[in-house]
Amino acid sequence: MKPGRLKQILLLTDGCSNHGEDPIAVAALARNQGVTVNVIGVLDDRQHSKPQGLDEIESIAEAGGGISQIVYQKSLSQTVQMVTRQAMTQTIQGVVNKELQEILGKDQTIEELPLDKRAEVVEVVDDLGETCDLEVLVLVDTSASMNHKLPTVKDALYDLSLSLNARTGSNQFCVYVFPDTKKTIKKMIDWTPELEKIHGIFSKISSGGYTPTGPALKEALYAFTEKPFFHSMQDGVDPYEETGL
Amino acid sequence: MKKQGFNLYPGSYVRGKWSGHGYIIEKELGSGACGTVFLSRNAKGEKCALKIGSDSSRLMLEVNMLKKFGKVQGVKLGPSFVDVDDWVDPSRQTFPFYVMEYIEGAALRSFLKGKSREWVGICALQLLSDLEHLHRAGYAFGDLKTDNLLMVDSRVRLIDVGGVTQFGRAIKEYTEFYDRGYWGLGSRKADPSYDLFAVSMIMLEMAYPGRFEKGVKPSRTLMNKLTASTLLKPYQKMIIQCWEGKYLHASEMKHSLSLVLMKRTMSPPPSRRKKKQQQGSEKVELVTFSILSVLFLGVSIFSFWI
Repeated sequence: MKPGRLKQILLLTDGCSNHGEDPIAVAALARNQGVTVNVIGVLDDRQHSKPQGLDEIESIAEAGGGISQIVYQKSLSQTVQMVTRQAMTQTIQGVVNKELQEILGKDQTIEELPLDKRAEVVEVVDDLGETCDLEVLVLVDTSASMNHKLPTVKDALYDLSLSLNARTGSNQFCVYVFPDTKKTIKKMIDWTPELEKIHGIFSKISSGGYTPTGPALKEALYAFTEKPFFHSMQDGVDPYEETGL
Repeated sequence: MKKQGFNLYPGSYVRGKWSGHGYIIEKELGSGACGTVFLSRNAKGEKCALKIGSDSSRLMLEVNMLKKFGKVQGVKLGPSFVDVDDWVDPSRQTFPFYVMEYIEGAALRSFLKGKSREWVGICALQLLSDLEHLHRAGYAFGDLKTDNLLMVDSRVRLIDVGGVTQFGRAIKEYTEFYDRGYWGLGSRKADPSYDLFAVSMIMLEMAYPGRFEKGVKPSRTLMNKLTASTLLKPYQKMIIQCWEGKYLHASEMKHSLSLVLMKRTMSPPPSRRKKKQQQGSEKVELVTFSILSVLFLGVSIFSFWI
């Protein structure tokens, strides 16, 4: 069985979008294009109450077929890797469920399987999570309130690469920030298998006062689909298709 | 985290939809990322631990691990597996659960309270022996931490096999303090030394029960904490070698540790004062014994007389 390639956008933000198109709609579009959208809301360690507008975070991830989590800075590292892994499992389970339904009929999902069959299927899902290839586009909100959180974000991204590179499957990461006055988002790191050289990437950032989450997500999606990646062209419309059992 | 959504209280009855086996909930023992563990009783009234959650895939992976590692090469590593099933609650929602042996024991820290300091080393030695068996089977324990350990009859027992990972694969579950990746001292790929690092951190936690964060220079923080602890003084050299990745197998670290422990038991020469006290206590015992004998004799003679 040949493991497939999973594609994810990981959005790190701390507030509500206030400019441009609806990020929830863009996330739904991304999902349709085979790209999962995960969102992490980063709170200040001293922040006590949840700021308004963070409900949007959950809605974006839901529409994007991904996972959302709101966390304090100090648990950012562990959350980033956990969310990414959980979303991978979720996607793979979705593919496996689809296959099961095709073979066994409607209402047949992993959860419904008799126990002995379930015991075998979960091992297959686990195997795929370990061996599949993964592409993560990290999209960092660098608007004013995020500024002092960026060193933590940098640590968390390094940690993410540490976690994922322990897997058997290969990984590709790239990092974009927004808002950017010229092109909405700005590429900070091009596709690379390791996020070790991210030292100082956030130092030259001029932070804007608005948060165009929707347009930024859309640009990120374009960056994915236009990626001149030697093998991603053969994937066809649904990149999950080749994850078939 | 996701809300788990089930309502279980002492006295609740959980019945498996596949097997029909039922369990009565007695009390909550603890809850983690993927479920809650309850002390419960089976139909025969025997105690068991029941873990229930909402992620059926994850629970099933744990069941697979339990079945595999309840016993490795005749050695008991985790709790033994009892049952797995789904429970349909009164609102027709389905929750997966599994049942395992209930292990009654003390947390490592409360066990060590008031004990002499070589117990830190002895517990680590026991842990390394268990790891040696697991490693021989080609697996790392993964999420090794004090929360996953219990002391039963002065022997350490591993109680959660959810993080067990085949060598060469990525560690999926970890707790930062015990994770070598967090401290910048290695990868998150499962290998024997991943667990050995966690053992060293369990020892450090015995000296610093509140744990500590990595700070700006993680390896410097570790070294400072280690050298500042008198409790860990005897184990300093071994722990540093562990951090330097000198130990590739549990047996090597175990060897170093037993050298330390054997030395400690032989080296401190008993001081004179102690000896005197001992002799003194022996004297007291002797005197007590004589008095008791005389009394007994007296009573016997008295009763004989009557």
